[in-house]
Amino acid sequence: MSGILSSSIGRKFAMALSALFLMIFLLQHFAINILSVFSPDTFNEVSHFMGTFWVIQYALQPVLIFGVIFHFVMGFVLEIKNNKARRIKYAKNNGGANSSWVSRNMIWSGLVILAFMILHFIDFWIPEINIKYIEGDMTGLIDPNVADSGFRYYEELVHKFHDHIRTIAYCVSFVFLALHLLHGFDSAFQSVGANNKYTKGLKRFSKIYAIGIPLGFIFIALFHHLKQIL
Amino acid sequence: MALDSKIPQGPLADKWTKHKNDINLVNPANKRLIDIIVVGTGLAGGSAAATLAELGYNVKAFCFQDSPRRAHSIAAQGGINAAKNYQGDGDSTYRLFYDTVKGGDYRSRESNVYRLAEVSANIIDQCVAQGVPFARDYGGLLDNRSFGGVLVSRTFYAKGQTGQQLLLGAYSAMNRQIGRGKIKMHTRHEMLDVVIVDGKARGIIARNLVTGEIERHSAHAVVLGTGGYGNAFYLSTYAMGSNVTAAWKAHKRGAYFANPCYTQIHPTCIPVSGDHQSKLTLMSESLRNDGRIWVPKHLKDVEAIRNGSLKPTELAEEDRDYYLERRYPAFGNLVPRDVASRAAKERCDAGYGVNKTGEAVYLDFASAFMRYGKEQAHVKGLDENDDALVRKLGQEIVKNKYGNLFQMYEKIVDQNPYETPMMIYPAVHYTMGGIWVDYNLMTTVPGLYAIGEANFSDHGANRLGASALMQGLADGYFVLPYTIGDYLADDIRTGPISTDSKEFDEAEKNVNETIDKLVNNNGSKSVDHFHKRLGKIMWNKCGMARNEKDLKEAITEIAELREEFWKEVKIPGNADEYNEELAKAGRVADFLELGELFAKDALVREESAGGHFRDEYQTPEGEAMRRKEFQFVSAWEFKGEPKDAVLHKEELEYENIKVKERSYK
Amino acid sequence: MNLTLKIWRQKNAKDTGKIVEYPMTDVSPDMSFLEMLDVLNQDLIDKGEEPVAFDHDCREGICGMCSMFVNGQAHGPDSMVTVCQLHMRSFKDGDTIFIEPWRATAFPVIKDLIVDRSAFDRIQHAGGFISVNTSGNTQDANSIPINKHDADTAFDAATCIGCGACVASCKNSSAMLFVSAKVSQFALLPQGQVEATDRVLNMVQQMDDEGFGNCTNTGACEVECPKGISLENIARMNREYLSASFKG
Repeated sequence: MSGILSSSIGRKFAMALSALFLMIFLLQHFAINILSVFSPDTFNEVSHFMGTFWVIQYALQPVLIFGVIFHFVMGFVLEIKNNKARRIKYAKNNGGANSSWVSRNMIWSGLVILAFMILHFIDFWIPEINIKYIEGDMTGLIDPNVADSGFRYYEELVHKFHDHIRTIAYCVSFVFLALHLLHGFDSAFQSVGANNKYTKGLKRFSKIYAIGIPLGFIFIALFHHLKQIL
Repeated sequence: MALDSKIPQGPLADKWTKHKNDINLVNPANKRLIDIIVVGTGLAGGSAAATLAELGYNVKAFCFQDSPRRAHSIAAQGGINAAKNYQGDGDSTYRLFYDTVKGGDYRSRESNVYRLAEVSANIIDQCVAQGVPFARDYGGLLDNRSFGGVLVSRTFYAKGQTGQQLLLGAYSAMNRQIGRGKIKMHTRHEMLDVVIVDGKARGIIARNLVTGEIERHSAHAVVLGTGGYGNAFYLSTYAMGSNVTAAWKAHKRGAYFANPCYTQIHPTCIPVSGDHQSKLTLMSESLRNDGRIWVPKHLKDVEAIRNGSLKPTELAEEDRDYYLERRYPAFGNLVPRDVASRAAKERCDAGYGVNKTGEAVYLDFASAFMRYGKEQAHVKGLDENDDALVRKLGQEIVKNKYGNLFQMYEKIVDQNPYETPMMIYPAVHYTMGGIWVDYNLMTTVPGLYAIGEANFSDHGANRLGASALMQGLADGYFVLPYTIGDYLADDIRTGPISTDSKEFDEAEKNVNETIDKLVNNNGSKSVDHFHKRLGKIMWNKCGMARNEKDLKEAITEIAELREEFWKEVKIPGNADEYNEELAKAGRVADFLELGELFAKDALVREESAGGHFRDEYQTPEGEAMRRKEFQFVSAWEFKGEPKDAVLHKEELEYENIKVKERSYK
Repeated sequence: MNLTLKIWRQKNAKDTGKIVEYPMTDVSPDMSFLEMLDVLNQDLIDKGEEPVAFDHDCREGICGMCSMFVNGQAHGPDSMVTVCQLHMRSFKDGDTIFIEPWRATAFPVIKDLIVDRSAFDRIQHAGGFISVNTSGNTQDANSIPINKHDADTAFDAATCIGCGACVASCKNSSAMLFVSAKVSQFALLPQGQVEATDRVLNMVQQMDDEGFGNCTNTGACEVECPKGISLENIARMNREYLSASFKG
């Protein structure tokens, strides 16, 4: 077990585990967000639960943050190592003949996602942390002093998607997320050593996931945006 | 010097066991004090290096390729024989021995062949233990196939890549010893001389092909596993780098060269397509099980086929000449390699060759498609009279059997062999001749050994299919490691051999002089120019059929060509760098000497036997005529020039086998 | 047909090297790619220039010696062939063809198109074998039956010719396909399972030490492999490695 993270396969394994974890998180994130389309109240209830339940806040959230940071940092470490493995590039390289564009450009789709994450954190996570842990308001209400003012989560969401530019940025990022997932999903399984008779089915499912989830997010973003401007 | 083959006394079946009990051994502590050089890392050299290192000797191994795994043993397709009798079809050590001696046209040494048959079973055990993935049946046990010239199924195989798998097995055994530090591997090194100190082989001079550096390496014994010399013909199925240099330098230092004229010409190779051709590709002999060989009966049809106005498939049955079936009704298309090759040459020489160069015959699967197809249609309850359907079903069966070969043919020739018959022509494939060795595999130079294709001992005048791999591994794994101990037992107190001696100085000086001469020659013609010309002489005059007049001309022409080579050859670049032209030049220079000895040997051998066919010595039916008075091994001693070589004869005695006429009618 | 060749020329390991253009006329479509280079070299020698150095030996697709990156692909555009079996009919009159050496830090250029692949050998020294003495006194070959499917899968992995096309095509110069082929061959056979743990740990360690990149599962290696070695081998090696790591 010693030194597993210093080996190439160990690193890829860690990369895959963090990816699988993030993909489960993404599914969960999507499941909650889609509620905002169908039932703002349920969305608010669930958001409040997620934002205040201690197991999620103090146990899962740090794990998630660690997972995100680990995945990015390890991604960069691997990229740098991989670049060193070929110092002189080919004058002519026909990569398209043997591999998909998405598989060769994970670093670029990953970087777009990183940029998006920063934006996303500024938009939602930092204000949320600020309200809850700096200002100490754990009520989740629009006006903490008014008990029946209702939860603020849906309002905040809708408010953010009023802006054209943000909406476009989100949508573009989701496209890149899809590209990242198109390779990342089944790649993670290969990295943990799962390549067998189920792989064909898994690949089909991975396409559905990789396109479906980001498409769903785009739908949510556009839904709230268009609802406001139309 | 009189030849002493050192064959142990006693009954044939006990010779090897008794010999192993009688010879000297080196104790394990002393093996550490002994160095052995192994040149060549194919099946023979690789397995020998691994085994010697495992026994405790310090091995220095050399190959000219970038890794031991590239040696040309890797290209062997069909399989490896072993008298395991797993099929229960009556195989035995004696039968394998008998088939090999008969297949070799009674020109091999009985005791060596028997030993080969005896250890053959161990090879399979050994290789399986090493993880060689032989073909298996559904019960999980090893599968066998049958091969030309024998009546039992004793050939073990790994699809069409048996040589590759066996070589990688030997390579893995070497890797284990390289990892342990017991083998010091020198890749991209070419041996350019043997160093003889006090009459014993004590080292080699090698050139580092990357830096051009000339290096001295010493040892208590030197083993050559450097393969055959078929590239003297320029076009052959050998690898581009295969050469005679190591063996030839050994010859020049006193090792007798045996039976150089025994060359195997394989009947089923892809024909030459033009002047640019650099290499010929073999198609497994197994194709002759289902393909029928023919040429047109009439010259006008040949003409029409060559100029493209007639397709071979359009030619009526009665206008085709299935010449093997016509001449050899009993064996038909399955006659041995030498017979099939000569018959193809005979037809093409008469003007019936079917490609542009006039050197190709058809190998036609059309009737196999129909035969298998009818069977399939019957089994599946389909219409047996629907020709298109039957043909399609038959093609499926043939595809399962030979799919990879058909694909290879299509890649090279760009014709679909399912639709038009394949074209084939014979090509130089293996040399049975080589350095003369005694029963211990030692050459006439004490401490210098030759194993595998590099020696002459086991295949006589013709090698049976699937026997080359067997011999290489038998020599390397199971014979040499024992017999070399007998010699080295006297060397336990010798201590390391110094490279700082006048013998090493002299050898290195010679090598440097040759290289300087080549690099500074400033001639006008490239190495390949001479190699191609040599190949033409060899092929036309020392090829499938030879006669006195041609051979005499060949001797003169090769000598003249050699002279011209040294005057006119042009080597770009320098000696102190990677310089493939220089490496090639050295090899071709040696081929130019060997070629002359080859022709001389063929001239002296006034009989036809196996791969050696003399026009003057044939039966009224045109078959090979062996002569009792030539039942000997020709061992040539170097005397300055190939023409001055002195012939020594090792008489061959057959005490356990009755010498018979080969007949395939 | 007429072609323009753009070939990487580099005098030795220390030279920086550059692409040099050579026009070729009257190329026959029946020539193999290497025979076309033979013709070029013959011309160069006649003109007193140094021929292009390239590795090649068997010229029948099995020794694994030939190695060149042709028009952006390892062994050129045709599939399931080494460059020695690539024929000029894969190209059109007027084509420009780039010819470069394998590019990987672990495969330094020796001269022109020749690279040093001894890193592959060192990986094999680290564990590419079964520790059995070559005494011939091992047990009978048929004493352990092996499931045909496993034996066939092991064979498929064992057909690797060690040419390095996988490394050359991989955007990360990863050697995973090569290493996994050997690990798989032995992992699938009972004879190899005895020392499977040490083997995979040692071979991967050596692979990493040689400076090959990481596998990012692009699948380029599998597509360009002239022997069609499957990516399943990489997954198998991942499994073997991970379980070996957790074992100890």
